[in-house]
Amino acid sequence: MTGTVEIRNVVKRFGKIEAVRDVSFNLPEGETVALVGHNGAGKTTLMKLMLGLIRPTGGHIMVLGDDPAAGEFAGRRRLGYLPENVSFNAALTGHETLAFYARLKREPAKSVAVLLERVGLTHAANRRVGTYSKGMRQRLGLAQALLGEPRVLLLDEPTTGLDPALRHSFYEIVEELRGRGATLLLSSHALTELEERAGRVIIMNRGIKVADGTLDELRRIARLPTRIRLKVTDAGLANVPNWLGPVDGWRQVNGHMVEIDAAPERKIEVLRRATDEGAPVEDLDVVPPTLDELYAHFLLSQETAR
Amino acid sequence: MRNILIVARKEIQEGLRNRWVLATTLLLAALALSLTFLGSAPTGNVGVRALDVVIVSLSSLTIFLLPLIALLISHDAIVGEMERGTMLLLLSYPVARWQVLLGKFVGHLSILAFATLLGYGAAAGALAATGEVIDRESWTAFASMIGSSILLGAAFIAVGYLVSALVRERGTAAGIAIGIWLVFVLIYDMALLGLLVVDQGQVLSGGLLNALLLLNPTDAYRLFNLTGSGNVSAFSGMAGVAQTTTLGPSVLLAALAAWALLPLGLAALAFSRREL
Ligand SMILES: Nc1ncnc2c1ncn2[C@@H]1O[C@H](COP(=O)(O)OP(=O)(O)OP(=O)(O)O)[C@@H](O)[C@H]1O
Ligand SMILES: [Mg+2]
Repeated sequence: MTGTVEIRNVVKRFGKIEAVRDVSFNLPEGETVALVGHNGAGKTTLMKLMLGLIRPTGGHIMVLGDDPAAGEFAGRRRLGYLPENVSFNAALTGHETLAFYARLKREPAKSVAVLLERVGLTHAANRRVGTYSKGMRQRLGLAQALLGEPRVLLLDEPTTGLDPALRHSFYEIVEELRGRGATLLLSSHALTELEERAGRVIIMNRGIKVADGTLDELRRIARLPTRIRLKVTDAGLANVPNWLGPVDGWRQVNGHMVEIDAAPERKIEVLRRATDEGAPVEDLDVVPPTLDELYAHFLLSQETAR
Repeated sequence: MRNILIVARKEIQEGLRNRWVLATTLLLAALALSLTFLGSAPTGNVGVRALDVVIVSLSSLTIFLLPLIALLISHDAIVGEMERGTMLLLLSYPVARWQVLLGKFVGHLSILAFATLLGYGAAAGALAATGEVIDRESWTAFASMIGSSILLGAAFIAVGYLVSALVRERGTAAGIAIGIWLVFVLIYDMALLGLLVVDQGQVLSGGLLNALLLLNPTDAYRLFNLTGSGNVSAFSGMAGVAQTTTLGPSVLLAALAAWALLPLGLAALAFSRREL
């Protein structure tokens, strides 16, 4: 019972479509969680359920002490949400729009200018939102999600449309919020971006939660090989099995490189050989399985299990 | 309560920005002024108090125009925001759905009330400025005409919300809104009149006729204003109807209020069950 967000056996059906099937997880305070899955996996649906925008067909949800399905919303003052396609009324200016949302959260008017500055919209604050570019709207969306020192942030594909500079400062903001103990749920298709930031990953496939854990845990479960890349001298290339020992999956790539896919339990052995006194190795790289690969693995293993 | 005012304020802000307020005020003022001065010419001011004539012509204007304006503002209120995606974000804030609805209602009604007050007020003001002598009774009748006009607007705003909360697409809402306007403003009365002619007072009389008149907010409004004071009803052509019905002004006002509150309550109910 220590989660800021608790999802228990939640099912959501839209007519015949089962968008979410029996999903359970907790989001403890201060955790940054990546929610990944293919298009239509149920990520947005899960977030809408947490906000009470739709009601679960089965199961139970608690968010900051509220039951959103019952229309409770006291905790939402400390909750920020960025929808995947954020839109605003075109007639009002950026400043007016943000001021409206600040009032609803009972935030002082001065926080508006601060936030606009933070997302780099100060110069456009007095222009109508209708004239904003897609990225500028996304920035405004981010600004409204950050109103009121949120304890829980639900960000649905937050970095789509942001330029590299703001993408960077977005993750800085995320880092800062995490430092203050906020819970973050990020859905995204930019897996490489999430990899470095998220402490934990939840993988969804067709409404089912197929994996949930830290990146290391997932790597352990998936047992994907670690890629080891060795730069080898000419002499060494001629007789690889001699000094490397009986390794199955090795291959030569662009000239002087030897690439080995080492199973987790063989990883250390291979590295020892490669760094041995007499080994003809000039340089080496170790690449653990990326989130991309883990994701593909979990999707595939669930498909074959069906 | 504060949430309601915050939403209402934004609604008014938007109305000012996209010139809804300006357009409706100007339209009402222009029509009211022209009716006032064109309409008073043929009566020649003989034994007729000028403001009473204005009340008759303005309440006819109200019956046509205010429901239309009200439905135009309101039919889009919920389904439009849902389609544009702005409702999604708004409802993720600490605000209840009924507060959103009520806030919009307060905002839209304020816009309508402002336009009516200013537009019709301009007509009365201009009349007074021409040197007409206007007694207190006429002023009271005029004020209650404006008040009931706003109430009629409230009823149609509420009906528009109900439509907006029920349908899936904006286009559908617009179509239904136009249909509602046609029915209440034109068809209903024509049908009722036809029935009265055919029926010759056999079945359609007394209680049933009263009920039928109360079932249409524009009829309640018409009866309230055109039969309310003896002076006005005398030359509004409503004297006949006024004799056959026994509906007092308070009953008519109550009917108008019910026409505002009931659809509003139903709209809130429908909205609270919507998924988006
Ligand atoms: N209102 C709705 N009515 C019917 N089906 C819906 C509705 N909303 C979502 N769905 C269905 O539920 C499933 C999950 O949708 P959801 O939007 O949660 O996917 P997602 O994981 O966010 O995908 P994406 O990566 O494309 O954003 C999809 O099959 C979608 O068609
Ligand atoms: Mg989505």
